[in-house]
Amino acid sequence: MVKVGYKDISEISGPLIFVRGVKDAGYNEMVTIETPDGEIKSGQVLDTRNGLAIVQVFGSTSGLDSNNTTVRFRGETARIKVSDEVLGRIFNGLGEPIDNGPQLVSKEDVEIVGDAINPYSREEPSEFIQTGISTIDGMNTLVRGQKLPIFSGSGLPHNVLAAQIARQAKTLKTGESFAVVFGAMGITSEEANFFMNEFRKTGALSRAAIFMNLSSDPSMERIILPRVALTTAEYLAYEREYHVLVILTDMTNYCESLREISSAREEVPGRRGYPGYMYTDLSTIYERAGKIRGKNGSITQLPILTMPGDDITNPIPDLTGYITEGQIVMSRELQRKGVYPPVDVLPSLSRLMNQGIGKGRTREDHRGVADQLYSAYATGKDLRSLSAIVGEESLSASDKSYLKFADNFESKYVTQRLDEDRTIEDTLNISYDLLSELPESEMKRLKKDFITKYGKWK
Amino acid sequence: MGKIIRVSGPVVVAEDIENQKMFDVVRVGELNLIGEIIKMNGNKATIQVYEDTSGIKPGEKVETTGKPLSVELGPGLLKSIYDGIQRPLDIIRESSGDFIRRGYTANPIDLKAKWDFRPIVKKGDEIRGGQILGTVQETSLIEHKIMAPRRLEGKISEITDGKLTVTDVFAHVSTKNGERKLTMRQEWPVRTIRGVKSKLPPSIPLVTGQRVIDTFFPVAKGGTVAVPGPFGSGKTVVQHQLSKWADSEIVVYVGCGERGNEMTEILTTFPELQDPKSGKPLMERTILIANTSNMPVAAREASIYTGISIAEYYRDMGYGIALMADSTSRWAEALREISGRLEEMPGEEGYPAYLGRRLSEFYERSGNAIIDGNPDRNGSITIVGAVSPPGGDISEPVSQNTLRVTRVFWALDASLASRRHFPSINWLNSYSLYESELLPWFSENISKEWPTIYSRMMNILQKESELQEVVQLVGYDALPDREKSILDVAKIIREDYLQQSAFDDVDQYCSLKKQIVMMKLIMHYSEEIEKAVELGFSMEEIQNIPSKEKISRIKEVRENDLESYYKDAISSIDADLKRIRGEK
Repeated sequence: MVKVGYKDISEISGPLIFVRGVKDAGYNEMVTIETPDGEIKSGQVLDTRNGLAIVQVFGSTSGLDSNNTTVRFRGETARIKVSDEVLGRIFNGLGEPIDNGPQLVSKEDVEIVGDAINPYSREEPSEFIQTGISTIDGMNTLVRGQKLPIFSGSGLPHNVLAAQIARQAKTLKTGESFAVVFGAMGITSEEANFFMNEFRKTGALSRAAIFMNLSSDPSMERIILPRVALTTAEYLAYEREYHVLVILTDMTNYCESLREISSAREEVPGRRGYPGYMYTDLSTIYERAGKIRGKNGSITQLPILTMPGDDITNPIPDLTGYITEGQIVMSRELQRKGVYPPVDVLPSLSRLMNQGIGKGRTREDHRGVADQLYSAYATGKDLRSLSAIVGEESLSASDKSYLKFADNFESKYVTQRLDEDRTIEDTLNISYDLLSELPESEMKRLKKDFITKYGKWK
Repeated sequence: MGKIIRVSGPVVVAEDIENQKMFDVVRVGELNLIGEIIKMNGNKATIQVYEDTSGIKPGEKVETTGKPLSVELGPGLLKSIYDGIQRPLDIIRESSGDFIRRGYTANPIDLKAKWDFRPIVKKGDEIRGGQILGTVQETSLIEHKIMAPRRLEGKISEITDGKLTVTDVFAHVSTKNGERKLTMRQEWPVRTIRGVKSKLPPSIPLVTGQRVIDTFFPVAKGGTVAVPGPFGSGKTVVQHQLSKWADSEIVVYVGCGERGNEMTEILTTFPELQDPKSGKPLMERTILIANTSNMPVAAREASIYTGISIAEYYRDMGYGIALMADSTSRWAEALREISGRLEEMPGEEGYPAYLGRRLSEFYERSGNAIIDGNPDRNGSITIVGAVSPPGGDISEPVSQNTLRVTRVFWALDASLASRRHFPSINWLNSYSLYESELLPWFSENISKEWPTIYSRMMNILQKESELQEVVQLVGYDALPDREKSILDVAKIIREDYLQQSAFDDVDQYCSLKKQIVMMKLIMHYSEEIEKAVELGFSMEEIQNIPSKEKISRIKEVRENDLESYYKDAISSIDADLKRIRGEK
């Protein structure tokens, strides 16, 4: 069926066009826009009234005019085709193949704005994922179905860490199918190449679906991209029983596109110009991680964001932290000291850790060890700043041992090689090596039984 | 029939709706989405829609139901999980699958379930609205009291007993305006306060089993608490702990714009956890309202009203209710989003000018009250509202407006959380205005020493923060021994008393009896070392006595062994100190 074309465009402002004479455009309906020189763009209805529709254009509005541009309303909201064939393929932000391969053929045609998972249908995530990285496995454990972002800063090795996690992540079960969905929003081609090479080298490419929007690509597509990627991930997880790891990078670029649209719509801005509904908007991305009762697949999300000015109170990390189940925070200070991965464990957190660890999952003493490391490292760091003022000599003997602990913790526990894949046993053993340098009486977070069973105190 | 003329997100404008009234519920579009009229202008009505409006077009129909947004009340509410407008999520799942599809509705309470109704009034009795007419055992923990609808007055002309559904007529009442048939199902508009006869001053604490709360910042039954804190500071864990262990009879947990997995956690853990008093599963006394962050934003706005209306209904039966709202900031953001779409003039940070009024109206629905109606009874609602200030800075409007109306403030502190000091309630910034009203209760019911020990412990903590500043300047070694001893005791209070694990079988719930024993033990240690220091012994000699470990391990001791452990700990401390004194 040929859709009626509308040519009466009354206003073009930023990425928005105002189409007059439309009577029945649906909210969020997709539109096709033909520019005077024959180029085809797509867009979406943001506001619809009797006789007026406001359309957000994906891509630039250059070349559009108010007389010869044709707007056709497709009569449906944004949908993409999904099938097993997505694995090994590369798409743009709208889900169109850009790897010169064939178009996807599938009967499955799904809306990209997914309905919310019924909270009653969710299954509590509880399967431990071993990433081989001590700071994560030991102290901020990732579990299957969790959304755990990496809060980083520009110039920090978040991509390297994400790639290492993607490479090493495994569970203690066998015989399951894994897939990676990679969504790149506004990253540079260099960063994109890094990930592509990584996937190629490790053979992960054949089980990855890649959605790519580089910094030179239309920024409006960044709004659609994570939804396209997650719709694909949901299909793989809940229809095809894959355990999907979704890496989204960089969420900061996503939020900036959101702000761009909001300001073009002349909405009342919230903090730092970001729209007031950014929390709700982000939640419709992050909350699509999880597990559903009775289904074998799962979606684990690893979004990456760079904190503008390393400021964790910036709205992007702030709102993200309120939605996600914890965060892995990278520190410039550790990076300067040459520590890789420069994960600062103190502000880091995994909210689902308790469900994934302990007896029968990792080890019975895991919680106690983690808490003990946290409090000892925090004490050590406090003393570090104190000794900078009053000098190390005026510290007591026990304080000095904490100071030493903090140094060892950074150089032996946090630091590991790019290809070092530590088992959880290794991580716990290193923990006891470090803790046993402190007096046993200070081990208040560890149960007596565990000290006797695993401890290395003389 | 009404017709849509504009759609913008959750806000829809329609014209020519017949019989439109402010705040009436309407069905929008061909999908029959649920909405509420929030503004009227001539024949135009602005509607906030509780479901996603994608694909809805101008020209589609709008019909009013003629009723304001209401909750359905009756036996069968407990153990349920609802969304923000009381749609039962378990039933929705059966019909719509694992994802919430639009336009689905189901009855909030089971219409088919049979309840064993026991009347307590008889034929010929004069009854008035609010009177208890009979009871139904709703769960093993809660007896549901069937109350006469408000504003009813008349004489019972017929009453039955036995197995009834909520729609069966159980009584006929002859009133001035003719005969009325009563069923156990009632409706109540959520935005209307269920009035009470009068409110009582707070006098009894809500015992939570959390040491830092019960000892230092207690809340009275019927009180209000604000829990602001940045992300990761443990707001949700505090709320979960309270809904698990607080000694209220019923818990209404409103998950308002928060994570889906948190609701799942409650759903999986509560049926397994036991109520410390009765030993019955905690789910038997719990009602969940789950409107997670990715569910429609207008329903999030409604969710706290749905929650509080249900709480008021049970309060009217004479129960004590604890209502957890996690998080009121998300509710306020929903308000802001809708206000923005209505193009209202924004107040501070884009929030509507009526934010403060709406917040205080909500908190005012708490309280310890005398219920209108026979027999005389009291009920209370305690509201614990989490606040999620952006960047953890509580100078923002939601925190400030909340603090104006709440009387307890638990300040969650990110720096405590990052060293895994949980619950991360900062003891210097938090306060409880109920303290003076509740201390007499503690001294009468728990121990006469409670008020003195409490203030001494608080003093030590305050002194510690002053001394820390001195240490920053001159170093620990430069302090006199007397001061060192204060730091030593403060450290014990912080680490061995205030810290409490939410995940340890024993430590997660600490009775008031155990709290006073622990406090006495710490104070005994404090007095003894003070004496030793006065005698001229240095802290270096004293502070490493082996019996100190007994203090830190008392957390792990079960209630039954507490008495003997306490005696043993006291005598070891005495022995250790005697040994030191003897050696010199």
